[in-house]
Amino acid sequence: MLGAWGRRIVPTVLVPLVSVLCGFLVGAIAILAAGADPIQAYSALFAGAFTNHNAFAETLVSTTPYLGLGLAVALGFRAGLFNIGAEGQFYIGSLTGTFVAYSIHGLPAVIEVPLGLLAGMVGGALWASIAGGLKARFGAHEVITTIMLNYVAFLVASYLVDTPGLMLAPGVSTPRTPNIDTGALLPIIVAGSRLHLGFIVALLAVPVVWFLIERTTIGFRLRAVGFNQGAARAAGISVGWTIVLTMAISGALAGFAGIVEVLGVNYHMTDTVAAGYGFDAIAVALLARSNPWGILPAALLFGALHNGASFMQLETQVSSDLISIVQAAVIIFVAAPVIVGWLFRLRRAPGATVQITQRDIEAPVT
Amino acid sequence: MSDFLHQLDPVSLLSITLVTATPLALAAMGGMMSERSGVVNIALEGIMLTAAFIGYGVAFFTHNLWLGVLAAVVSGMLIASLHAVLSISFLVDQIVSGVVINILAVGITGVFYRTYLESATTAGPGTLPHWNVPVLSSIPVLGPIFFQNQFVTYAMLVLLFVVHFVLFRTVWGLRTRACGEHPRAAETAGINVYFVRYVNVITSGALAGLGGAYFSLQQIGNFLPNMTGGRGFIALAAMIFGKWTPFGAFGASLLFSGSDQLGSRFQSVFHVPIPIQFLGMIPYVLTIIVVAGAMGRAVAPAAVGKPYKKG
Repeated sequence: MLGAWGRRIVPTVLVPLVSVLCGFLVGAIAILAAGADPIQAYSALFAGAFTNHNAFAETLVSTTPYLGLGLAVALGFRAGLFNIGAEGQFYIGSLTGTFVAYSIHGLPAVIEVPLGLLAGMVGGALWASIAGGLKARFGAHEVITTIMLNYVAFLVASYLVDTPGLMLAPGVSTPRTPNIDTGALLPIIVAGSRLHLGFIVALLAVPVVWFLIERTTIGFRLRAVGFNQGAARAAGISVGWTIVLTMAISGALAGFAGIVEVLGVNYHMTDTVAAGYGFDAIAVALLARSNPWGILPAALLFGALHNGASFMQLETQVSSDLISIVQAAVIIFVAAPVIVGWLFRLRRAPGATVQITQRDIEAPVT
Repeated sequence: MSDFLHQLDPVSLLSITLVTATPLALAAMGGMMSERSGVVNIALEGIMLTAAFIGYGVAFFTHNLWLGVLAAVVSGMLIASLHAVLSISFLVDQIVSGVVINILAVGITGVFYRTYLESATTAGPGTLPHWNVPVLSSIPVLGPIFFQNQFVTYAMLVLLFVVHFVLFRTVWGLRTRACGEHPRAAETAGINVYFVRYVNVITSGALAGLGGAYFSLQQIGNFLPNMTGGRGFIALAAMIFGKWTPFGAFGASLLFSGSDQLGSRFQSVFHVPIPIQFLGMIPYVLTIIVVAGAMGRAVAPAAVGKPYKKG
């Protein structure tokens, strides 16, 4: 009925699209239950995300971290790895990048900025490699280790930022690191807004990750391990090494997202942890069906939701947490396309189950 | 000086350790019921948060703390049912389903707290009463620690024995473990794998829901956004560190909450610069060490995390 083109387009475009609509529908029910008008609330959300003064630029600012984080989780998925630790890698990347960025002075910006970014990526990569190494060497499940490493990362960050003589700026009332020199910051690209060069850099990461996964030897190995570990091993691929490398690249992307937030938006790090990035990153990657190109619209949606939510709360008294309900509903519909198929009487919902990973909890993989 | 002694009084330290271990042990037992039947439950955090909220809301509007506790347990079961439907019937990846519930919990509690509770001016329902067990509560040392508590803590202590008995001494427990180790073989032996998993996941919601009631109805008598503060994940760590057994998980919960208490007391009494963050890392680091197999390997049920398809 649908043809070859249709079979391709339905799972990759139609299911996510319908899922997003269904997600907003569920959100509308929640708004009604909270005694507000969904049309008003969503209008405010839309205005806050796109049409208010500078709103679109702000949406792109919020989209930026989701690009890096979404790519990080999606890359892991392709190798059959569930990286719940994007949030921890985000913080460690912020820490190492911030440390380098405020420590260097007097170099040209073309050297200082990349140095900061690189330091953030290295920090995230090393942190994620812990989970990768434990999985490759001992078969420790990455879901458990990355959840635990997230909390260790928050505590490490809080320790370093709160302790005099370490990363605490002298003489500040609320704990934070010293400010970073202007020369090491990501410059603003739209005058009068907060939109910074990091957005462009994060956009460029999309084709880079696509190329890495689809057109390089590393990417081939990574996909082979995700598809069938036994076959990959039989074909001579070192499964353990591929797992460590995949986690490292994934962590580098999450660390990149972290340091870009610092160099582009905050200019220093505080010890407060804005939890939730890790789960949102999983949501972005699922919505994109682990396809790097799909990260673009998915990250934009999440950026827009986050940016519009505060204006919605201001205008309509509906809590900005509403967007969490929308996000959760969207993932339910994306992850269980059976429901969408059933709702729309698509007889055989293509790709009826999302087989993200072929996880085998106990098998050591060396 | 008297404050100094009070702060380091081992009886008060142990008693507060037991109390703060309550939600950890309950949620860890919940996770255990679910995982023993083969369904990973990383949604414990979201279940506890939602239950803490609904329980408080019901107690607030009915002025009845016990209806609140009941509502917390029932709402935990409802949220867990969502996990069950998604991961068992719709074959959604169990981690994804858990992530969904954790996000959803933030949304539901945030939106409805703001609408119905945030600006409420009437007095709250208070906290669950302290019950002193006759005779036993006057035993030195043991009395103040075990027998002068509130309802959720007593319930946790009783449930330790119940869950242990059910898992290891009943037919149901045997079936549960069979579904978690080898669902295909269990099905061949005539066990309805879906049914066993559904019941266990929903039971897990009841246990975690009771754990949620601890926060809003036993500890402070109020609801605050995100008041569970990651304790669902510490419970997950306690379950793993306790090797998927109730008493193991209980011991781990005591260890984790005890180190936390000790850390904050050391800071306030001695002003010792033991960075509180390092004590806070203990549960997570120990769990990582255990899953890596360096300290007596923690072995998960063999089929945990794998959706089971009949046929």
